[in-house]
Amino acid sequence: MTDLLTPVLSAHWGEDNSWKLSRYEANGGYEAARKALDMAPADIISLVKDANLRGRGGAGFPTGMKWSFVPQDNPNPKYLVVNADESEPGTCKDMPLMMATPHTLVEGIIIAAYAINSHTAFIYCRGEVLHIIRRLQQAVREAYAAGYLGKDIFGKGYDLDIIVHAGAGAYICGEETALLDSLEGRRGQPRLRPPFPAVAGLYASPTVVNNVESIASVPSIIANGKDWFASMGTEKSKGFTLYSVSGHVKNPGQFEAPMGITMRQLIELAGGIREGHELKFFTPGGSSTPILTAEHLDIPLDYEGVAGAGSMLGTKALQVFDDTVSAVRTALRYVEFYKHESCGKCTPCREGTWWLVLLLMNFEKGIATQGDVDKLLDIADNIGGRSFCALADGAVAVVTSFIRHFRSEFEAGTHTPAWELFPYEKSAVFAEEGAVR
Amino acid sequence: MSGHFETYFPDSGSVDYADQSTNIDETTMAELRELAGRYPQPRSALLPMLHLVQSVDGRVSPRGIEVCAEVLGISTAEVSGVATFYTMYKRRPAGKHHVGVCTTSLCAVMGGDILLERAKQKLGIDENQTTPDGQISLERIECNAGCDYAPVMTVNWEYFDNMTPAKADELLDRLQADEEVVSTRGATITSWKEAERVLAGFPDGRADEGPSAGHASLRGLQIAKERGWSAPDKDTLPAPAEKEADQ
Repeated sequence: MTDLLTPVLSAHWGEDNSWKLSRYEANGGYEAARKALDMAPADIISLVKDANLRGRGGAGFPTGMKWSFVPQDNPNPKYLVVNADESEPGTCKDMPLMMATPHTLVEGIIIAAYAINSHTAFIYCRGEVLHIIRRLQQAVREAYAAGYLGKDIFGKGYDLDIIVHAGAGAYICGEETALLDSLEGRRGQPRLRPPFPAVAGLYASPTVVNNVESIASVPSIIANGKDWFASMGTEKSKGFTLYSVSGHVKNPGQFEAPMGITMRQLIELAGGIREGHELKFFTPGGSSTPILTAEHLDIPLDYEGVAGAGSMLGTKALQVFDDTVSAVRTALRYVEFYKHESCGKCTPCREGTWWLVLLLMNFEKGIATQGDVDKLLDIADNIGGRSFCALADGAVAVVTSFIRHFRSEFEAGTHTPAWELFPYEKSAVFAEEGAVR
Repeated sequence: MSGHFETYFPDSGSVDYADQSTNIDETTMAELRELAGRYPQPRSALLPMLHLVQSVDGRVSPRGIEVCAEVLGISTAEVSGVATFYTMYKRRPAGKHHVGVCTTSLCAVMGGDILLERAKQKLGIDENQTTPDGQISLERIECNAGCDYAPVMTVNWEYFDNMTPAKADELLDRLQADEEVVSTRGATITSWKEAERVLAGFPDGRADEGPSAGHASLRGLQIAKERGWSAPDKDTLPAPAEKEADQ
């Protein structure tokens, strides 16, 4: 039986100077990269495939398989791009990882880039996180100075450059093809697929785009083996992962556990729901994943378990909302996010999210009309699955799942403002101490 | 539809061509060319280059658009198309300090809405405006990947965690008075322009400031330590046959 929590990525986050190369190496850092560079690239890909590491950025696609799709007979350079754009509401795991132990990511990049025969890798980090970018820049600089990046890494004849790249504020750049357009110096707008990035990605060359946590998990798999990795987790969802619990719990935070821990266990570890209140709803994997409620507290939080409950594991971003919260207000603010972040390329998304916001505002004010609930659902039905990327589908998931669970609150929005049904100041964390402290 | 449309994000439009002022000089030009040289294809440097323009001109200036186009050999329309797409690029001068208040759903309900209203009243400005003395600009921001520290504010893109009205008031007072302010999980606050220079790719030597992690990031790790929980030891894994028997 594995323990309830299994810190691997987060194991050294609390140590002094954890972000420095010297500290990372004292904990065994870069041994996995040395080992990997003595392996055949195909063997690394097989190992990661056999360990069954699945992408931690939301979609859960098997990481090793993604690497194997890179056509090695393509004469163009191969690129590895790390998606560090972490912007899905609720998701807050990659930032602490890159701040505390950026070398885990750098080491993972060396292994992954070597496995796909790439000599140039990028870390595309969202721009609004200055200190994390400082730590990344410094980690890469330290790795160059130590001979772990650049020419003839570890004296093993392999060359690799890493470029730390700051974005400029656009949620859509977390979508991998939009990220690539952005990295090419363009507006971040998704591309039509196929061709997939593995065949024609950055500069129309074979490209692998992986999430930070996925890449950072690779060194431990090289070091400890596939059986070790697979000894954690459930039948089809293997390994450890970072669960991010936020919101109305007593002690929010990061909890690194084997795949399949339950929401009940996580809430307990987080000290329970705020005193005197009850769970109302939570997002399992960020705002784009349909919300779940108390009836889902015991489903295993793995890819299959959450899918079986009609939602998605996503980024394992568990935002907890208690009984003081208005479902209408929360839904409106989520959809407002998608409306603002729509890149404008596809009409159903650009116009549809706009109309959803207008209608939801009326529900919040208590001036929606009879039939507006059905109108919301009808618009959602006309948006879903009709765009290049899944951004609008996130807005649709919000509208449909909130109405499914809290339809009566929306119906009340035809006569009573949300702030009268759920006085907003009561949801604030500083409400108990009085709004002014 | 051209009439008034109520939205939380009222700002739109192009770069302000009425204000032609610029501080871009030969040093800036050399740094822009250096950025373009860091990538396999120069145009990839456009986002960092626009960050650098902001660090010099305090906004995306008309001259900034021109020099990016010149260095990359693309049209000014292509540059401004990019500059107006991303929210971190400002079309009017930002303050010495740029303050963000997260109001995406979770932060909003946990107090972000209250914090934003108070900040507006206290500073006497609306969202996307700058105080008359140029000291502080204010923005409603979206989820900044710090949800376990909600409600979150930012100053020059550094985290200010678990904010309350009192903490926010004190923060704004100190920023206005040019007193030292340190991020909850980061470095001593410098200025928005200096932050933009780091984002462009020119480090400021402050990476070693601040903690390794905030308290919430360490929550699970602490519990694991208290209860003696850890990942399995690779040398004492159950044999595969036993595992199958267990299933």
